[in-house]
Amino acid sequence: MAWETVIGLEIHSQLATNSKIFSGASTTYGAEPNTQACAVDLGLPGVLPVLNEEVVRMAAMFGLATHSTVAPRSVFARKNYFYPDLPKGYQISQFELPIVHDGYLDVELEDGSSKRIGITRAHLEEDAGKSLHENFMGKTGIDLNRAGTPLLEIVSEPDIRSAKEAVAYMKKIHSLVRYLGISDGNMQEGSFRCDANVSIRPLGQEAFGTRAEIKNINSFRFVEQAINYEVERQIMVLEGGGEVVQETRLFDADRHETRSMRSKEEANDYRYFPDPDLLPVELDEAYIAAVRESLPEMPDAKKARFVSEHGLSEYDAGILTATREMADYFEAAAQVAGAAGKLTANWVIGELSAALNRDDCDISNSPVSADMLGGMLLRIEDGTISGKIAKQVFEAMWQGEGSADEVIDKQGLRQISDAAAIEGIISDVLDNNPKQIEQYRGGQVKLFGFFVGQVMKATQGKANPKQVNELLRKLLDG
Amino acid sequence: MSLDASDVEKIAHLARLGINVDDIPGYARNLSDILSFVEQLNSVDTTGVEPLAHPLEATQRLRPDVVTEGNNREHFQQVAPETESGLYLVPQVIE
Repeated sequence: MAWETVIGLEIHSQLATNSKIFSGASTTYGAEPNTQACAVDLGLPGVLPVLNEEVVRMAAMFGLATHSTVAPRSVFARKNYFYPDLPKGYQISQFELPIVHDGYLDVELEDGSSKRIGITRAHLEEDAGKSLHENFMGKTGIDLNRAGTPLLEIVSEPDIRSAKEAVAYMKKIHSLVRYLGISDGNMQEGSFRCDANVSIRPLGQEAFGTRAEIKNINSFRFVEQAINYEVERQIMVLEGGGEVVQETRLFDADRHETRSMRSKEEANDYRYFPDPDLLPVELDEAYIAAVRESLPEMPDAKKARFVSEHGLSEYDAGILTATREMADYFEAAAQVAGAAGKLTANWVIGELSAALNRDDCDISNSPVSADMLGGMLLRIEDGTISGKIAKQVFEAMWQGEGSADEVIDKQGLRQISDAAAIEGIISDVLDNNPKQIEQYRGGQVKLFGFFVGQVMKATQGKANPKQVNELLRKLLDG
Repeated sequence: MSLDASDVEKIAHLARLGINVDDIPGYARNLSDILSFVEQLNSVDTTGVEPLAHPLEATQRLRPDVVTEGNNREHFQQVAPETESGLYLVPQVIE
């Protein structure tokens, strides 16, 4: 039987605030345990939460960037459950009235087509603390530094039909929150993670199948693996005459499989109710208009502008706008290089990205800054160096040997563009290789490359390649 | 609305309360009475009335995103039953 996969994602994106959502404790990652957990985060008696204005602004930005409604009135609710890393016995979240709802995002798929994924809602909530299960003589250690960290939970419609689409959607949201500057998107530190609701149904059937929820997936690769495994598992169950159980499952990255997490007698019942400690959040039109005004250029708009303004291909523009950092780097370098868009794009996507990859380096702290790369490209443009020599200059800049001009001067890499000088060198080459000349003139035209190579060798690659070609042709054929 | 013994057991479990089996019929009766009392509200026609989220006719005050709380770990951990390496220790929660 042919099956159709139905997926909905719940993405948790940590908001990049200084302080927590309901308290003035710091959100800095990696601090000593419990040094950033104040009385509110510990749930001590008598404390009251006070909402951070930044989280409201950030949620509104996300809403506007995803064509969603930013709710004029939203309400915080208590989600009740017991776990030691949740000291209050409830998580403050939003339930019936989330701050953002009913939007969408257009996602580009591998075949070049575009697909619209609905966003059901995005709500604000606090993160829980961390439980450490190792080595405390049979006890669990609790670190509450993360408790109260602001999260935006972004819930998609069940519009996703494959693991690849899920990854494309997740990447798009990841890029978006980073563009907006509302989350650092750091997946290693857990700032960006997702739960996947996966079900299958016979192709053509309207009704959804029973779904399983895979919790806490923290990389794009794992999302794809987890969904693919889960789909295969459900097909096996159904084709074997069984039934899929609605349950929470955990992805085991080492074994590439999902495992049932909670037994059914512990079926969740969160007993949500409006939190009496918090009043409804009301946002008027002027506030929303001001947030809209503050939105940066979105990835899709930037991509379109790169194509029209810098003459880039859709493909190149897509790569360069994948992150805001790369897009900013490209634009800064292209400007220094005298608006040489295509050349700059080639270098950023080629040499620079390769070097960043090789040395496991982030573009925001690249040893070769946008200014430096732009300065070097300017020297290619004005004929001071060839593209080939530029690779040598780039590597020297990468190793910290200074700007392009300094490297060119220090290493004597200036291109030889003096026709008389090049002609002299060519004559020497021809004098030293009479046999090859004979063969060339006898019809082995491929030997032309040999002569170019010899000239380049004699000049350590500094001769202007275009001139070498022209002059060689003249002397050999003429 | 009336609750039976299994409802009472489930509610007790969700609230992590240990209850005496002999007390269950009494709890079921009392809880059912409370629900019946509240159920009277269902007789009011609330068509077109916006659900009330808070009894105060006020909206949420927001605070600026500034870190105001320093490290008070030592102070807070004085009242904790057990700590180690800065962590609060609790009975093991993983099977």
